[in-house]
Amino acid sequence: MSLVIKGGHVIDPANNIDSPHDVYIAADGFIVGVGSAPSGFKAERTLDAKGKLVCPGLVDLRARLREPGLEYKATMESETRAAVSAGITTLCCPPDTQPPIDTPAMAQMIQQRAWRIGLAFVHPLGALTRALEGQQLTDMAALDEAGCVGFSNALQPVTDTLVMRRAMEYAASFDLTVFLHAQDPWLQNGGCVHEGEIGTRLGLPGIPEAAETVGVARDLALIEQTGVRAHFCQLSSSRAVAMVAEAQKRGLPVSADVTAHHLHLTEHDIGFFNTQCHVLPPLRSTRDREVLRRALKTGVLGAICSDHQPHEPDAKLAPFADSEPGISGLETLLPLTLKLVDEKLLTLSEAIALVTHKPAAILGVDAGHLGIDASADICIIDPKAHWTLTADQLKSRGHNTPFLGWEFRGKVTHTLVGGEVVFELGVET
Amino acid sequence: MKQDGRQFDSHGRLRHFLTIEGLPRQTILDILDTAESFIAMGEREIKKVPLLRGKTVVNLFFESSTRTRTTFEIAAKRLSADVININPSLSSTAKGETLLDTVRNLEAMHTDLFVVRHASSGAAYLIAGHVSEHVHIINAGDGRHAHPTQAMLDMFTIRRHKGPFENLRVAIVGDVLHSRVARSEIHALTTLGAAEVRVIAPKTLLPTAVEKLGVHPFTDMRAGLADVDVIMMLRLQRERMTGALIPSEQEYFNLYGLTAEKRAYAKPDVIVMHPGPMNRGLEIDSAVADGPNSVILPQVTNGIAVRMAIMALIMGGTPAAEARRAP
Repeated sequence: MSLVIKGGHVIDPANNIDSPHDVYIAADGFIVGVGSAPSGFKAERTLDAKGKLVCPGLVDLRARLREPGLEYKATMESETRAAVSAGITTLCCPPDTQPPIDTPAMAQMIQQRAWRIGLAFVHPLGALTRALEGQQLTDMAALDEAGCVGFSNALQPVTDTLVMRRAMEYAASFDLTVFLHAQDPWLQNGGCVHEGEIGTRLGLPGIPEAAETVGVARDLALIEQTGVRAHFCQLSSSRAVAMVAEAQKRGLPVSADVTAHHLHLTEHDIGFFNTQCHVLPPLRSTRDREVLRRALKTGVLGAICSDHQPHEPDAKLAPFADSEPGISGLETLLPLTLKLVDEKLLTLSEAIALVTHKPAAILGVDAGHLGIDASADICIIDPKAHWTLTADQLKSRGHNTPFLGWEFRGKVTHTLVGGEVVFELGVET
Repeated sequence: MKQDGRQFDSHGRLRHFLTIEGLPRQTILDILDTAESFIAMGEREIKKVPLLRGKTVVNLFFESSTRTRTTFEIAAKRLSADVININPSLSSTAKGETLLDTVRNLEAMHTDLFVVRHASSGAAYLIAGHVSEHVHIINAGDGRHAHPTQAMLDMFTIRRHKGPFENLRVAIVGDVLHSRVARSEIHALTTLGAAEVRVIAPKTLLPTAVEKLGVHPFTDMRAGLADVDVIMMLRLQRERMTGALIPSEQEYFNLYGLTAEKRAYAKPDVIVMHPGPMNRGLEIDSAVADGPNSVILPQVTNGIAVRMAIMALIMGGTPAAEARRAP
């Protein structure tokens, strides 16, 4: 059905648009005009967007959908539904499913499931090593062919430096991107919080900042050696940010992201053992958070992601160190990003860029913009809506979030994927 | 620092005993005063009072312990409670039951008080957040976090032998990093206004930012012991040797073992304490452990009275505390 979104304020950072326009979408689901309709265009449906923001659908660099293998936590159906309700239309899924995404069949299976569910686009990352064991390389070219947008060992470390070098060299041979969770496993040493004042007070084993900086330093040396294009996932410390900034200045092909929760929380939010704040890498000091925020402004950090990890309730009902790390983050990605605009850190356009075309560019996928002939993946936001996050609003199966009770401004009212309205506020599907 | 409401009920009464951190100074003094009255009772022929008659106390020890569990058991029995000892690491948890499942099952048997020891920091907090309103929790040690009843009996022992805290310089020596005892002692001493609290250990055994807890760190034991009134030794787990934390028992004893020679740097009337069990010849020399300055055995005796006081306070209030509350 052809469609016009009328009267909204379009924010499309990829095309430098930040002004009121109508958006025209053809029956085949592609954008055919922004501002002016192509000749002969007839809209079969009109969406009134007066007073609202019309943005590209969000692109989330990292979301665990728990399928296959951990369906007791969540399913692709439940999580892609949660995603579109939060304006996210493209997701990247890390390879640490069970079994891991280390064969073309697994990669295809995940994309087909997503296609059949028909809510959000799901792009898998392939495993960098077989079974994520850090020993043998996967068939990267075949996985690339099967739709993997990059390669990662997820949270499993590749401890053998030679294997890491070979993996990067091999990926570079085919111009593939490697996604790195740079952490030195020996320094990490089973820790669960930032090594600092709070960890000391609570008697929780800490992860020193050096676990991250040693990991980043090693990987940067190998990136320089191999010339591979690399992306550092969820940096948490100010010094790691400085190291990546310096590498970028020297012209190394590296990018990096940060999670929405590391931009808002610190070790102090753990309070008295709040397991909802158990995340890896850990929430660090207030100073680290300030540096992460500033790095969004300077461009060192090129994307904000949810690092969505939905859990069943029992996963968090354990003593802190024994609880499972991770936050159910899809539904707070946009609210927490818009909060940075309210806090005057970013302009609206800068904020939207960090969750749309910038992460899309890191993934190398055509998404996150409203250009002519782009898939009409669109998120319409009521910027004035004030609301408070409660558990019963969450569509994700995982209710594990430390943000319950937080107040937000700006709410998604409609989400379109391929020109179809897949979410409309107040209209449950 | 965040206020923690979990230890107190809505009327401001102490409901659980989870950590010393955040306890008002007066609450600590109430416990010490109540314990004094129980000390005399322990020396009587009939050592029982009916304060907890008809109550069921479960000693739930996920980590094994002899001394602490026994003193809790004796304390509960002298208060006329029925006591059951459970060591779930050998039973239900081995079958995959979660911590909260174990607790809920025992709660369903109408337990009034759980005394909990667990290897994970925060375990007692978690349990306290998930039991019904009339059930009480005493933390008998959670991971590296807290061992508040041990710290209370240590404060009791210090006060009996040394008097007011304001004039006291206290040194805590050994594996502070892994020690729940040290953390609770530090909170107790700083709350009671000790003149100075020092921690002495190599940097591998001192937690990051330990000075934020209000203590002065020392790596040189002789400098750290200079002019102190109280030496609190910590137990060194022998498995620390394998984690590259210390090079050898010999070097540790030479540098941080408490010998008569090192004790001489402290004040002549210093008291020497140890939470037990001791590693003689590793962290403490027998001549000191059994010497005239040692109060290690009185610590154990005091442990019973102090634990009685804590149980009585959280389960029914004590005359001293109630009198203060009355308008």
